[in-house]
Amino acid sequence: MRSFSYERAQTPEQAAATVAGKPGAKFLAGGTNLLDLMKLEIESPTHLVDVQDLDLDRIEETDDGGVRIGALVSNTALAAHRKIRTDYGVLTRAIVAGASGQLRNKATTAGNLLQRTRCPYFYDSNMACNKRKPGSGCAAIAGFSRQLGVIGTSDSCIATYPGDMAVALRVLDATIETVTPDGAKRSIAIADFHRLPGSSPERDNVLEHGELITHVTLPKPIEGRHFYYKIRDRASYAFALVSAAGIIAPNGATRVAFGGVAPKPWRVEAAEEAISKDRKAATAQIFSGARPTEENAFKISLADRALAAVIAEARS
Amino acid sequence: MEFNAPAGRNLFDASKVVGKSTPRIDGPLKTTGQAPYAYERHDVVANQAYGYIVGSAIAKGRISAMDAEAARAAPGVIAVILATETKPVGKGMSNYAPLFGGSDIAHYHQAIACVVAETFEQARSAAALIRTSYDRSAGRFDFPKLAPEAPLAKDEEGKPDRQTVGDFDSAFAAAEVKIDATYTTPDESHAMMEPHATIAAWDGDKLTLWTSNQMINWGKESMGKILGMDPKNIRLDSPYIGGGFGGKLFIRADAVVAALAAKQAKRPVKIALQRPLMANNTTHRHATIQRLRIGAGRDGRITALAHENWSGNINGKEGENGTLQTPVLYAGANRLIANYIATLDLPEGNAMRAPGEAVGHLALEVAMDELAEKLGMDPIELRIRNEPKSTVPGKPEKRFSDRNLVRCLREGSTRFGWDRRKAKPGSVRDGQWLVGMGVAAGYRAAPANKSAARVRLDGNGGVIVETDMTDIGTGSYTIIAQTAAETLGVPLEKVKVTLGDSDHPAAAGSGGQWGAASSTAGVYAACVTLRQKIGQTLGFDGDKAEFAGGKIKANGKSFDLAEAGKLSVDGGIEFGKFKDDYDVGTYAAHFAEVAVNAYTGEARIRRMLAVCDAGRILNPLSARSQVIGAMVMAAGAAMMEELVVDTRFGFFVNHDLAGYEVPVHADIPAQDVVFLDTLDPIISPLKAKGVGELGICGVGAAIANAMYNATGVRVREYPITLDKYFERMPMLT
Repeated sequence: MRSFSYERAQTPEQAAATVAGKPGAKFLAGGTNLLDLMKLEIESPTHLVDVQDLDLDRIEETDDGGVRIGALVSNTALAAHRKIRTDYGVLTRAIVAGASGQLRNKATTAGNLLQRTRCPYFYDSNMACNKRKPGSGCAAIAGFSRQLGVIGTSDSCIATYPGDMAVALRVLDATIETVTPDGAKRSIAIADFHRLPGSSPERDNVLEHGELITHVTLPKPIEGRHFYYKIRDRASYAFALVSAAGIIAPNGATRVAFGGVAPKPWRVEAAEEAISKDRKAATAQIFSGARPTEENAFKISLADRALAAVIAEARS
Repeated sequence: MEFNAPAGRNLFDASKVVGKSTPRIDGPLKTTGQAPYAYERHDVVANQAYGYIVGSAIAKGRISAMDAEAARAAPGVIAVILATETKPVGKGMSNYAPLFGGSDIAHYHQAIACVVAETFEQARSAAALIRTSYDRSAGRFDFPKLAPEAPLAKDEEGKPDRQTVGDFDSAFAAAEVKIDATYTTPDESHAMMEPHATIAAWDGDKLTLWTSNQMINWGKESMGKILGMDPKNIRLDSPYIGGGFGGKLFIRADAVVAALAAKQAKRPVKIALQRPLMANNTTHRHATIQRLRIGAGRDGRITALAHENWSGNINGKEGENGTLQTPVLYAGANRLIANYIATLDLPEGNAMRAPGEAVGHLALEVAMDELAEKLGMDPIELRIRNEPKSTVPGKPEKRFSDRNLVRCLREGSTRFGWDRRKAKPGSVRDGQWLVGMGVAAGYRAAPANKSAARVRLDGNGGVIVETDMTDIGTGSYTIIAQTAAETLGVPLEKVKVTLGDSDHPAAAGSGGQWGAASSTAGVYAACVTLRQKIGQTLGFDGDKAEFAGGKIKANGKSFDLAEAGKLSVDGGIEFGKFKDDYDVGTYAAHFAEVAVNAYTGEARIRRMLAVCDAGRILNPLSARSQVIGAMVMAAGAAMMEELVVDTRFGFFVNHDLAGYEVPVHADIPAQDVVFLDTLDPIISPLKAKGVGELGICGVGAAIANAMYNATGVRVREYPITLDKYFERMPMLT
């Protein structure tokens, strides 16, 4: 870990302006990911702006029947919230499928969206990694890639977004609200929030330097059976091989986003109408253009079978 | 005391303390944080500085340059030691690559530098400033590719490790029913909770290491060889150990580098290996390829049995020999055992819990399941039908000391409800889940080694036992206290046990599941010597006196133990040659029920049962803990654990606990452990054998067999992760 300076921000605007003014500055919220990466010098910020004092820890209902979640609401609090459990079950299910109780107590809503990949080559600084060190190459593509992405990847990077919560947010059409360094507010659809790597995998998302997430807003609830099916090598405390977040409406209409397969929660709305009629064709469309490695090609058919399992469960 | 004849009836056959379920006497210290582990021994020596090890970034080659200027100038830095500025240290027992020094790189994450600083954070931060350049060489990293060319390993006498009985080839060719299958097991990591850690301090030419080590006496001797000094000037102290599983049998880089760094820094130095370094810097269980050929008659009697094993290691020796149980477990007139070893440039392979047998059963006991299916015979019945007579097959001079495998199988069958198993795979369904049952037999040798202890009377009726025996979480403290309490006739709470200090008499240590049998026998022998000395002091024959309830009855009189005053004896046990006539082993029958999701292949264990035959169980409570822990480790080996080799760079890629997955609570359901009430008079005066490695032998095969019974898809490549079979499962509609 490199030496860094530290301060606590009092307002979102001040936090954003401070980070924007220092090239090596970063926000610190729960720290469950950033601090670990700093100890390994995968991240080496020169200045940390701690946002934990900001007044962003509430969950409020919005005028249009939706919910506005403060950036600092912990994963535990969000998953346990009565309205979330009742009306946004996919979100609760996704959150509790991730990490451990201790981590969820510290992890925040905004921080979880910014969780960095778990690619093992990203974590070993002796290895080439374009995400960690732009231009150094990618050791993962021809290496141990079983856990890594099958779609949305590039010749520079096949890392996945590893989290669970965002996969549910993608199904719920969440909006990310931010404050920009000049104090303006911006809304970003969850679909547009995470970036595909292209030739610049070091940028995980579309936030500019100093832009601070303040809230995540959910539209009004979607009726139906909410599911989050996470498949992994052990029963808990592991990243997904494949996860499927979705809602099956009473008429059978299904929406689904997949985790563990891409640099972002993977959802193809155009394919969803077909799910209830011809699931296989729909998943083929969702994964059309996939470029898996030999080691992770199974994820595509596993995703299809995961969807088949939840549909069968809903019908039984 | 020499144990030179089978034990007759003795005090343990009427025991009051030994054999009773006893909460571990060190438990309250552990649950209240008062049992300090090596890195936490803040009070043993003042002025401790922090060391941080840097590992090599390449697997094979040479260091061409190291630049530590920035590190040496960094805040708080006291000293920096570089491999290139240090003569390679000597090799201690089972060190296959130098633990420090020189420019040659033998494996990934080999220690190449250490920064010593006032704080841990300063040491870590400065360590990242060291710049190293390398000349990389090609290495032998791809074991499956190299295995076919691998030569036979050497056995203990230096001869090629190939054993034959009868004529395997002809018998196999003529057999009515045959199995010929190859199984692979991956490299595995011990992944113990406590990393390797040491505080080193010099006092003139005397070195003290507060460390975490399973074998204190080996460690002391090895450290002498490594540093080129007289072992008399070295002291190891390791009273509490946060897991070892074989990974702490030998001296590793933490101890060596701490000693070198402390010398240079002129301060005590403490080092714990950081978790990401452990998989590649320390040792691991070697990957294996195992071919099983079994020929049988239609009646299920085995006529031909061949087990060939391939593994690899950095020195081309000391591989993972999966065949170890095969000469003993089943009958059969014609046999072939062969063990091959490749030379690799991967990190050092070495012992991990039941080295050899743990993975050998994953092959043999699945092959037996495959044979049973081919014969249309129940797998329990097949095993019972092939139970050897009273001697080891092909070795009529070698008798089984006490063998109750058939009883284990029958008892387990009843308790597990084996009669509810459907022989046809894929025939039990519970919603989306296919459910199956599996069984496997288990064998693990039960060695016992020379072991000594000092036993003292404190003059107030209390007893103090001092030995360099270790407790790696196994319960040694408690069984040693029980043994002393029983032999000297005092209540358990009157016995104080001090372990892990090399200033104490040398015990057998913790390894090879010999610790419990050996160390309790050693303590018993020392207590018998003490009884004699008490008799001399108080004027009676200590061998004939009755020691009970804190009193001694002799010559029609009663004495308090306190009357003997303060006494101290060193004593111990050695084991006589008569044991060579016997195969002394432990046996188990393992059962598992596993559910597999018919759509996605997710597998979940539902129930597990182990029925164990290991002689007298000294402390059923801690023995059960040993076995359930071993069952968890076996579940990991069967279903998820694998150190993944990147054959381009020659290293284990998933070198942290997020990447190397071991089972979590949610993976482990109800576990049941049953111990048969057996006694083995050949093992020791206590007639007790170890269970810590028996518990892992066969469990994984029972799980694999249950998964097959559930799904009808056989996977012979461990770990059995869902990607290897789910697409072969018919999807339900």
